Amino acid sequence: MSKVHVSTTINGDSVEFLCEPHQSLLDVLRDELGLTGTKEGCATGDCGACSVMIDGRLVCSCLMLGVEAAGVDVTTIEGIAGPDGLHVIQEKYLEHAALQCGICTPGFIVATKALLDKNPDPDETTIRYWLAGNLCRCTGYDKIVRAVQDAAQNLAYEA
Amino acid sequence: MAEAVDLKAIGTRPVRPDGIEKVTGRAAFGADLHLPNMLHGKVLRSPYAHARIKSVDLTRARAAEGVLAAISGADFPGNASDLGKNVIARDKVLYHGHAVAAVAAKTQLQADVALDLIEVEYEVLEPVMSLDQAMAEGATLVNETQHTNGDTSKPPSNVAATQRFERGDLEAGFAQADVIVEGEYRVPMAHQGYIEPHACTATVNEDGKATVWCCTQGHFDVRSLTAQVLGERVGNIKVIPSEIGGGFGGKTTIYLEPLAVKMSQMTGRPVKMTMSREDVFRATGPTSGTWCKAKIGAKKDGTFTAASAWLAYEAGAFPGAPIGPGCMSVLAPYEVPNLVIEGNDVLVNKPKVCAYRAPGAPQSMHAMECAIDELARKLDMDPIDLRLKNAAGEGTVAPYGPRFPAIGLRECLEAAKVHPNYLAPVPEGGGRGVAVGFWFNIGMQSSAEVRIAEDGMVTVMEGSPDIGGSRASMALMAAETLGVPYDQVKAHVGDTESTGFCNVTGGSRTTFATGMAVIQACEDIIAQCRQRAALTWDLDEEQVDWVDGEAVPKPGVNADVNPLSLANIARGAGRTGGPLLGRASLNAQGAGASFSCNFTDTKVDTETGKVDVLSFTAVQDAGRAIHPSYVEGQMQGGAVQGIGWALNEEYIYDADGVMENAGFLDYRVPVASDMPMIDTEIIEVPNPFHPYGVRGVGETPIVAPLAAVSNAVRDQLGFRIPDLPLSPPRVLEAIDEREG
Repeated sequence: MSKVHVSTTINGDSVEFLCEPHQSLLDVLRDELGLTGTKEGCATGDCGACSVMIDGRLVCSCLMLGVEAAGVDVTTIEGIAGPDGLHVIQEKYLEHAALQCGICTPGFIVATKALLDKNPDPDETTIRYWLAGNLCRCTGYDKIVRAVQDAAQNLAYEA
Repeated sequence: MAEAVDLKAIGTRPVRPDGIEKVTGRAAFGADLHLPNMLHGKVLRSPYAHARIKSVDLTRARAAEGVLAAISGADFPGNASDLGKNVIARDKVLYHGHAVAAVAAKTQLQADVALDLIEVEYEVLEPVMSLDQAMAEGATLVNETQHTNGDTSKPPSNVAATQRFERGDLEAGFAQADVIVEGEYRVPMAHQGYIEPHACTATVNEDGKATVWCCTQGHFDVRSLTAQVLGERVGNIKVIPSEIGGGFGGKTTIYLEPLAVKMSQMTGRPVKMTMSREDVFRATGPTSGTWCKAKIGAKKDGTFTAASAWLAYEAGAFPGAPIGPGCMSVLAPYEVPNLVIEGNDVLVNKPKVCAYRAPGAPQSMHAMECAIDELARKLDMDPIDLRLKNAAGEGTVAPYGPRFPAIGLRECLEAAKVHPNYLAPVPEGGGRGVAVGFWFNIGMQSSAEVRIAEDGMVTVMEGSPDIGGSRASMALMAAETLGVPYDQVKAHVGDTESTGFCNVTGGSRTTFATGMAVIQACEDIIAQCRQRAALTWDLDEEQVDWVDGEAVPKPGVNADVNPLSLANIARGAGRTGGPLLGRASLNAQGAGASFSCNFTDTKVDTETGKVDVLSFTAVQDAGRAIHPSYVEGQMQGGAVQGIGWALNEEYIYDADGVMENAGFLDYRVPVASDMPMIDTEIIEVPNPFHPYGVRGVGETPIVAPLAAVSNAVRDQLGFRIPDLPLSPPRVLEAIDEREG
């Protein structure tokens, strides 16, 4: 089986890669491109550890083929912080101790970014349902929800 | 004991040292290592729950494209331990998912293809899938050579071991009781559910020295266990712990490591192995499903007169169910004059159980805390009052022997009683449940080293994998002891060759025991600094004090000198004896028992059987909260794991012993939208045996929620559903049966 050549944009950079037709975007990111911040927890779309944004939309990268990344705009955890430092969402996760082991954290932060891009002022229920596709086994979600609430408030001040 | 001294660092909530790596995706976890020339290893797993292996033929797999190694149990000669047989099966497979063979190939796809080419001939045997079946007369034996407690004078049995605690006269105790409650309760097998699957990479050099990277709660254990399975010397294996994506006890053993090392030995190339989520469910982790009988009697005023517990725990395929802790915990919170506690460690054709957060305690305490709830109803007493009436305190002799020093159970119960959530009325149409939790906590061996850089920066090096923020607590305790700001300290977890031996991160021991080593290593630094200052000032060491991070002459000592900070002393260290290096190693004694009281309001939808958790309040004695946010986080996370176990989580098997829900879609752990905020209240009754009073907090939180939820559902429905999980089908069936 010959590899497929794919041109895409990842975290603002033009990227070209070769991948097997069967390879998931998750495997391409991790194994071909060295972007291991995106995690595999299940490879069946049930845990959200592999969350990325495709053209601003929240997607499980384990459920998408690498070849489907052609021509789209991919945002991974590595693209959330900017040259000026951490994104407010990242700062709030740290301040609120919204992570323990940290394996789910990249997925949660990407999912939070997708939420706040779309809805800058979500209530607790909206946050909980939006993040229901991301499993965290350590925190019981309490501190994650508070971090998201605080990040939303801070982003509102900045806007 | 530093009780009530002015604590400056301890009790604050700074950002953890490893935080930025974890929010930016830079932190390297088990599966994140890629090495040049790396091969991908995969495991062939048994399709049967119980079968004899007649032959394994690797010929075709070995010849397949890209395959460089293929191995089976035959590649591990000698008498295999249970651990070795669990890593790779020898003559029998004992659960669906048991490893039978492994391959290493250049690509993952080639490895997958090769697995299909391995030919295994099985003689299928009857699987033993329940405690009732395993303990029945004439049961099929999981292991034909297993005798209870090794007593070969009796016929072989699936009951691998028993345990018994006894006190007073049980019959006389029950005879004194005005009210007796008796019940049978079952809790299903459940998985730790860490989000990171097991992963390791091994590379063996031409000199035979192996290096293993893996996600583990204890890399020194990985080293010794891997050496044991391979028949290697410990010194030939170096283990580098990656960041660990959750463990909850499930990453305290080994599965893949000997296979990866073996295949790297055979190929001269690094071998990386990762488990799929399905592998994780089928072949790792779970904790015991249990069958518990609880009986408790009390006088009219609520005083307990006697209690008994009969506990049977599924061990899985090999002995080792946590019956010890189950027996220790079941009545630990109470003064009970007459008691009998019996535990049974029972083999079944399911994965070998592994530690899971307070292993064994949630199941046995679920039974007793449900029975005590029924007792409170019969006595028409508030459930907290009944527990307060019988609460263990300083001087109480625990059922397992020791006399408790200062403990915080009473304080937890009293705090719960006046908590705003408890004073609030039970929500309309819902129910409220209360339960108590307990874990004894452990000490064990730890080492730590503290190094001072030229500019006074402090590096703490220890060997306890940080599973939930322990580097922050180490840095806080170091900062507190040395009297320097938190920002001046960095804590690191070293590999097996860069730091001294530490036992596994488990038993809620890390902040207690490794923390104690860090404190002692800092005290070593302080002693050296006083010496260096004395030398500089031409004073005696006894004339120098260490105050707020500086050496100063003691009051009354006549010396016209400026204080010397850590940085001052470090900069001049070359003139006073060389670099500052403090160290300590210990086998920590005096772990402090940790108690909790949880209560919850729930509401059952009687149309669907779904239970909603409306509020949950966790009160727990931490001894001392070093970093309160991470203490709260342990309490919240443990509560939600316990709620998940109470409401949905269970291993479901078909008639052939095949797990039917080996994925997060069907093994349903709680998600954000299932949960309310988890309210916490930290109680601090200092552990007299730790310099800052630490008890350890990680395990107790999962214990009480099972019964708290069951008791809340009971409160609303008016009748008890004794078995967990209280999933919609079970609850609905119970309601339908009741309504006829």
